[in-house]
Amino acid sequence: MKTIFYVIQKEFIQVKRNKVMLRMIVMIPLMQMLVLVFAATFDLKNVDIFLVDKDMSSTSRELASKLEASPFFTINNTSFNPEEGEKELLRNADDMVLVIPHGFERNLIRDDKASLQLLVNAIDGQAAQLGYSYAASVIRDFNKNIIAEWKGLPEFKAPYQINTVSRYWYNSELEYKWYMAPGVLSILVTLIGLFLSGMSLVKEKEQGTIEQLNVTPIKKIQFLTGKLIPFVIIALFDLSFGLLIAKLVFNLPIVGSLALIFGMGALYLIGILGLGLFISTIADTQQQVMFVTFFFMMVFILMGGIFTPVESMPKWAQWIDQANPIYHFMRIMRMVVLKGSGFSDLIHEFVALCILGFTFLSLAVWRYRKTA
Amino acid sequence: MKEKVIEVRNLVKKFGSFVANDDLNFDVFKGEIFGFLGANGAGKTTAMKILCGLSSPTSGEVKVAGFDIYRETEKVKRNIGYMSQKFSLYEDLTIAENIRFFSGIYGITPKNRKAKQEVLLKNLDIESSKDSLIGSLPLGWKQKLAFSVAIFHDPKIVFLDEPTGGVDPITRRKFWDLIYETANRGITVFVTTHYMDEAEYCNRVSIMNEGRIEALDTPENLKKQYSAKNMDEVFLKIVRKAE
Repeated sequence: MKTIFYVIQKEFIQVKRNKVMLRMIVMIPLMQMLVLVFAATFDLKNVDIFLVDKDMSSTSRELASKLEASPFFTINNTSFNPEEGEKELLRNADDMVLVIPHGFERNLIRDDKASLQLLVNAIDGQAAQLGYSYAASVIRDFNKNIIAEWKGLPEFKAPYQINTVSRYWYNSELEYKWYMAPGVLSILVTLIGLFLSGMSLVKEKEQGTIEQLNVTPIKKIQFLTGKLIPFVIIALFDLSFGLLIAKLVFNLPIVGSLALIFGMGALYLIGILGLGLFISTIADTQQQVMFVTFFFMMVFILMGGIFTPVESMPKWAQWIDQANPIYHFMRIMRMVVLKGSGFSDLIHEFVALCILGFTFLSLAVWRYRKTA
Repeated sequence: MKEKVIEVRNLVKKFGSFVANDDLNFDVFKGEIFGFLGANGAGKTTAMKILCGLSSPTSGEVKVAGFDIYRETEKVKRNIGYMSQKFSLYEDLTIAENIRFFSGIYGITPKNRKAKQEVLLKNLDIESSKDSLIGSLPLGWKQKLAFSVAIFHDPKIVFLDEPTGGVDPITRRKFWDLIYETANRGITVFVTTHYMDEAEYCNRVSIMNEGRIEALDTPENLKKQYSAKNMDEVFLKIVRKAE
């Protein structure tokens, strides 16, 4: 027991002396929380429209001003030539081209119907769909009003009507930042934990101190535990630091229990650090650790469900995700922070983290050899 | 003086088809300074790593400090000290912090540690530097410190792998004073070196070539046997004969 204490003490002194590492511990959460949470948003705020109004009627102008009035759309350019609009799409200068054909108003009055053309840049499918459906709903509303106005009829009312009023639970204002903050936080504690633990062991290899330790009677469990604990504490510090930033800057509501967040966080980090130690038992240099860690982080993040819901991934990918620690921890964070889920709601994630952690730690202990 | 602290019988170490140690047989006695000589790549470091429990032999029997290195590795480790070729105290810890850390691992109580640390600092005449980072010290100091830390827990044997590489002759001479003091305290010193003048300081030396021990005796006897003026000649004669 005392041996572990001496290892922990040594690790803390080494972190304290390492100015770069100290800066990382403070700056990474600060930068990631402040930049990523603001930047990584799916909120549709600004769609640039290229307007081709060949009709130049009062109706077409009214439609244009309806679009302009919506907070999502800006009419960026106008022209009579649709081909110019296409060029703008190619240049990525505009997101949509709306073509109002000649005779739009006339057709509408005479035939009770008229056509419009909407060209959408769909490179980013999700943004395109969202933009399209917003635009379509503006046009639909416009359409409804026109019927009412022109025909002088009251808005059509069915005798029986089901009125749906939606209320969004757990994030009633659909505040995207609140959704992103726990996700970004999960990623950043993973990043810090994985790198710190991985680097610290391989550094001993590079400097040759590992040999000095291997001739001592220290047990490998003692050594690895001593390596693990300081970095769990540092990563938990970053977790609370990140939560504090989220609370102060985004006014993130932390609905669930903090004890549960930190308990799960500790469990999660022990596993992640186990993985870091395992990587550094395989690698011989810090560069190798960087490469391997980077690979794991990429897969974990992209499959973890921070941007794309895991539920819409193919089934096989969802199966693989069961072995992705970030996936589980991100779910826990979002559930506890935003919904106030309790431990009994998290049994599945808890078991998964236990299994993953146990696996990573066993691999590290098995792979670390005092005798080559 | 005839108590055996290291017994090696038919030690073989292979890396794939390369034979690094080819059937080594030797004993080392308590309190002696045993020089382990050989050209680069002769297999000295490999053999030493096996004796320290850092590497397992392919076959053969090895006892260190009376314990079998296969089955009683941890007991062996309690009783040995080791100073590797690559300098290996923590550069980003101070002298005192390094001592505290390694003492802790060997289970030395803080009270004992403090007393011993005082003696150590006094012996090396570095009392005023105890809070300096190891990384800031000159190489000669580092080597002396690494050696002192390696014997801080009073092992039966201390293994030194080319301990004086890269320092001037005066610093080397001072380092050997430390080695003598240690041997006088009854600690066996097992040392590898390229420097043939250092070989003269040893009680007995073995000369390795291409994985085999070609000669093992006191420097005097070796010089007589090979009718050489000094160990340098002995060494050259042995290595050339083998070629």
